[in-house]
Amino acid sequence: MTRVRLTDHLVLILGVLLMMGPLVVAFLTSTHDHVEIHREGMQFTLGAEFAETYATVLTREGGFTGEITGLLMTQNSLILGIGFAVGKIVISMLAAYAIVYYRFPLGTFFFWVIFSTLLLPLEVRILPSYEVAQQLGLLNSYTGLIVPLIASATGTFFFRQFFKSVPDELLEAARIDGAGPVRFFFEILVPLSRTMIAAIFIIMFVVGWNQYLWPTIMTTEEQYFTLVRGIKNVMQQMIGADIPFYNEALAMAVLAMLPPAVVILVFQRMFIKGLVEQEK
Amino acid sequence: MKKAQFNSRWMPYALLMPQMAIIGIFFLWPAAEAIRSSFYLEDPFFGTGTFVGFENYSNVLTDPNYRRSAVFTAAFTLTVVFVSLGLGLLFAVSADRVLRGQQTYKTLLMWVYAIAPPVAGLIGVMLFDQHIGPLTDAAAAIGWNLQIGVDYWDTAVAITVVSAWKQIPYNFIFFLSALQSIPSSVKEAAAIDCRSETRRFWTVTFPLLAPMTFFLMILNTTYALFETFGTVDLMVQDQPGNSPVTLVYKVYRDGFRGNDLGGSAAQSVILMVLVLVLTIAQFRLIERRVHYS
Repeated sequence: MTRVRLTDHLVLILGVLLMMGPLVVAFLTSTHDHVEIHREGMQFTLGAEFAETYATVLTREGGFTGEITGLLMTQNSLILGIGFAVGKIVISMLAAYAIVYYRFPLGTFFFWVIFSTLLLPLEVRILPSYEVAQQLGLLNSYTGLIVPLIASATGTFFFRQFFKSVPDELLEAARIDGAGPVRFFFEILVPLSRTMIAAIFIIMFVVGWNQYLWPTIMTTEEQYFTLVRGIKNVMQQMIGADIPFYNEALAMAVLAMLPPAVVILVFQRMFIKGLVEQEK
Repeated sequence: MKKAQFNSRWMPYALLMPQMAIIGIFFLWPAAEAIRSSFYLEDPFFGTGTFVGFENYSNVLTDPNYRRSAVFTAAFTLTVVFVSLGLGLLFAVSADRVLRGQQTYKTLLMWVYAIAPPVAGLIGVMLFDQHIGPLTDAAAAIGWNLQIGVDYWDTAVAITVVSAWKQIPYNFIFFLSALQSIPSSVKEAAAIDCRSETRRFWTVTFPLLAPMTFFLMILNTTYALFETFGTVDLMVQDQPGNSPVTLVYKVYRDGFRGNDLGGSAAQSVILMVLVLVLTIAQFRLIERRVHYS
């Protein structure tokens, strides 16, 4: 029995090295000077330039317009992450409420329309989606960044499943007490769904923060760049340079991964619950 | 179906309005547009189109570049799915068995989930860089001159490695939660009947995980086909000409860079059919699982 445990620990330690190693090396390298990195390769020790590099990346006004800083990009990423999560939760809760708590002729039809969105991931309709956004004048705006992404079948299914599991007696009791649909929703259903909402919020925040393709084609003005979107430009600047600023590029990568990583770390149990439940 | 429901003529429609409006404008309209323009030859500068029937499709399907990209995508998807499933399962089985430090292992093994594909791509580019990359040095030590961005196969290997690595935590989380939901009575009964832990795994645990494995295979296929866009975009380093690209990346490149609107739309429609097949497979599996449990 003990021998088995030892192999398990060995497997897990190798696994941790495999998963965390690249991240640790990326972070350590970002604390070194770029000439040193160029000369000696990626670094496995903590360098002396941590404060300087990160301060530069966060506050220096860069890009072509000289308007964009790491802080501004972080702010845009937060707007996208939170807007995406809140938007998804609100519209899918409303839709699920209608589907579960009302009997109406087109109910099934709407359910299948929502279902059809699973068949149309953004990647397969990218060019026409861009054209639609362009015609509506949504390019380079937060609305254009967030709204097209928030229609969600998974969110609606998730809440539909949960609402179905809420006992009918609650609604009957609420009715006897004279509560209408609006009061029932806000005073009974929403409080009951609190953990569900929190779990799905965490997942959606991470997914929203990590959006890449849509922000890449939607935002051409740098003031709307998110961190993840900005990674592409960092890369392009690196290709052209004699001695690329590896340290700053990696610092940007660390900044882009830090908030979702912290969220997952802090709310780990809820995150796993949300992830596993959502796909069912 | 709920027994207790509300009655209202307009309320359900009002509640569904926001979702439906977004779906109509940003899903159905673009999809219809993609299908329509896949049958037209469009002039990107004047916005005029000529109906050409299935010509765009036949052009796409006979294009050697498209075939090359399809072959790469198939090999890439298979490798990513099996490598990330295998390692995710291996780590989950071990993490399920250890008592000490389980929480720490779990946290460290799932952290990579938080990383966006392009960020993983950037770190991958650095690790495989010809000047500074430790993985290139390691490859050189065994006599492999790894040149990403230059050599087609080397770039393919690097993209595959990074994409599979990024997906391991996802499979790990699902497998671990499936393993932990196996009732301890089943595990104990198996332990009494069979002393060999390895045999017990393959005859008892693994069959119990089979539905989850099939389900994850589909989710992983979707990941490898679509969500790796960011990784590919970063790792081909703006020289996609001689680099391996996935079919999704090709839709983007031909549409935005190449201005081949009809061809790009035809490729989109082909992918839509692929998603349709995957989704049907996924839902059949879910139904079956619900049915038996």
